[in-house]
Amino acid sequence: MLFFSYFKDLVGQEVTVELKNDLAIRGTLHSVDQYLNIKLENTRVVDQDKYPHMLSVRNCFIRGSVVRYVQLPPDGVDVDLLHDAARREARGG
Amino acid sequence: MAATTGLESLVDQMISVITNDGRNIVGVLKGFDQATNIILDESHERVFSTKEGVQQLVLGLYIIRGDNIGVIGELDEELDASLDFSKLRAHPLKPVVH
Repeated sequence: MLFFSYFKDLVGQEVTVELKNDLAIRGTLHSVDQYLNIKLENTRVVDQDKYPHMLSVRNCFIRGSVVRYVQLPPDGVDVDLLHDAARREARGG
Repeated sequence: MAATTGLESLVDQMISVITNDGRNIVGVLKGFDQATNIILDESHERVFSTKEGVQQLVLGLYIIRGDNIGVIGELDEELDASLDFSKLRAHPLKPVVH
């Protein structure tokens, strides 16, 4: 649940999602769910010349199971807050 | 949470699905469930290659199992109509490697 809550706090921010097929999609985080499925708005593929497969897609749903990385905005992480939350989660709280 | 992550907003819309084996299937979303299994109507596959333009293969009514789905994109039909697929050349997408 920790990362679900964490991603919910990032809604509205610009992120880049790198998939397990090497495709990287950048867009505004619209929503996440319990499976960490992600919805992005105003999307563009990072290397559009190499991957023109989604040229006419502006909003997309990414299945959580194919996400390799989510690149966050530099100021998107409150490290102290996340530390505390992770400790609490580890204690089973 | 105000925004929904489900696919209800895409029902009856043209969507573009990228599957785990790298295929790109375009069709009208007719139904879905919590495992992302989807029903696509009037679907066709877009086959990308470096040798020729994009080939479109007619598939018809399709059910795709959620396990095999990577990305579901909402197709902007205006934008899509403006693309010249006969000139578009690219390697097919790589399969998803877990």
